[in-house]
Amino acid sequence: MMVDNSDIPEVVARKPLMPEGTGDPELPDDRSVVCEFDNTWYSYGGGEPAVESVSFQVRRGDFAAILGPNGSGKTTLLRLALGLLKPSRGSVELFGESSSRFRDWSRVGYVPQRVEGLGTRFPATVEEIVEQGLYRGFDPLAIFRRHGQKKVLDALEVAGISHLRQRAIESLSVGQRQRALIARAIVGDPELLFLDEPVSGVDAVGRDRFHELISSLNKEHNMTVFLISHDIGAVMQGATVCACINRTVVFHGAPHSLTGEHLSELYGFPVDVLLHDALHEHR
Amino acid sequence: MPEIFEFDFMIRALIGGSMVAILAPAFGLFIVLRRLSLIADTLSHVALMGVAIGFVTSIFPTFVALIATTSSAAGIEQLRSRGKLPGDAALAVFLYSSLAIAVIVISKSSGFNADLFGYLFGTVLSINDRDLWLIAVLLIVVILFVVSFYAELTQSAFDQDLAHTSGVRVTATNLALAILTGATVTASMRVVGVLMVGALIVIPVLAALRLARGFRTALVLAIVFGLLSVWVGLTVAFYADLAAGGSIVLTTVAMLILSEVLGRIRDSLPSRRTLVNPADDSSSASVQELDTAGE
Repeated sequence: MMVDNSDIPEVVARKPLMPEGTGDPELPDDRSVVCEFDNTWYSYGGGEPAVESVSFQVRRGDFAAILGPNGSGKTTLLRLALGLLKPSRGSVELFGESSSRFRDWSRVGYVPQRVEGLGTRFPATVEEIVEQGLYRGFDPLAIFRRHGQKKVLDALEVAGISHLRQRAIESLSVGQRQRALIARAIVGDPELLFLDEPVSGVDAVGRDRFHELISSLNKEHNMTVFLISHDIGAVMQGATVCACINRTVVFHGAPHSLTGEHLSELYGFPVDVLLHDALHEHR
Repeated sequence: MPEIFEFDFMIRALIGGSMVAILAPAFGLFIVLRRLSLIADTLSHVALMGVAIGFVTSIFPTFVALIATTSSAAGIEQLRSRGKLPGDAALAVFLYSSLAIAVIVISKSSGFNADLFGYLFGTVLSINDRDLWLIAVLLIVVILFVVSFYAELTQSAFDQDLAHTSGVRVTATNLALAILTGATVTASMRVVGVLMVGALIVIPVLAALRLARGFRTALVLAIVFGLLSVWVGLTVAFYADLAAGGSIVLTTVAMLILSEVLGRIRDSLPSRRTLVNPADDSSSASVQELDTAGE
């Protein structure tokens, strides 16, 4: 990736705006910023703000986990980052460019939250869906392209669903569909991967495997990860940086410096109980 | 030669009907998957308004209908995409206002009730050369569009947000889809009539979706079901002396039932790789490996 060096002094100069403990102290902080919220506000239809004065950065190589209760604006943040919503105030940048004007989508992969409805009654095999991730602009001959490209097979392999290649997408379970969408997101080898973890439909084992896969994409495939999650325990193991959101940033820093107090503030009740339940007994 | 091919009007009906049988389902696939089936119904009423205005002003009615449907389709899409009105509300506004205009225009003028009846219920047996040429041009435009924008169309039919983050220009794709839907409705109107246009766009597609596993297969099957419906429907109409439009639409329904039966037979067969049983796969080898790796 081309790094615009002129950006870095500016970013450093802005650091005081951010809460303490930003980033993983073990990693040098001259890594380029790939996604940045700068005093971002958003409200749906001009009502109560869903996102309020949010500022934080995700740097190259980060595994950033975004945590927060239901309705805390996490998914709104993701939609802002992807240019699907425009901030009412402040800015959101992807690779140094306003996300609503960003066009270089080959650098970005996205896995949406609601995978249950997606692909229902849609006539496509897993392979056809994964191939969509290789879209690189207008190609009048796309309809004649042959299946079985190496990149697609590799992505299916990484996602652990090679055996599902010819299956109809609508015949898959939620967990399998999610993996198909992960394969679709990583097939173009993006630098930055956005994931919105599903709230339901995946069991505890499925979620553990999901987090393991994301961790390996971050560590072994060098993808920067921006994960919206509900599962604090699992996230703590893989994430290098963590942001807790409740309309605004409650905590931002390395996961190990996240305390029970932060979480209690975030969720509004003691969090020890929630941690154990969320990990093994719930769902 | 069978009797059916001895009449010039039947040859013409078969040519026009076949072109529409390719056009309507090919485009219908994207419309059905985007859950926009009702747009065909709305645009057919807009087409009726165009036809009425065409009669009164003595301009080629199909051409006026084409202008009316394509511009209305663009208007509906603009209202919907800018969030000014919910999609179904935008459709309702266009449907009833164009129907109202059609009613007023028709009641103010007299002398074309018989022709109008033809536009309402289909006039494939009296289709003229000018109509055939117009349908042929539309067919070529739509085929070129579907083939060259296949990737964009399938992406936005699958999921608009995912398409956007893959770099597809979703708004432009939607607008083009809407405008060409207007053109498709206008072309199909000549064959099955304003009131049944939606059937030719939607029902062969539903039949194809019951059987197809991949996207290209669905596209081909939808066209095959469309062609079969027109050919069988026209033949039955010819020998049994039935209204051609109604006969074609009832045949599409028969195709839908046929595909359901075929689908059920296929599902009940012990298929090669349990391709249709979603419950089975969690037990397969590679998932199990991951299972244990995850502990």
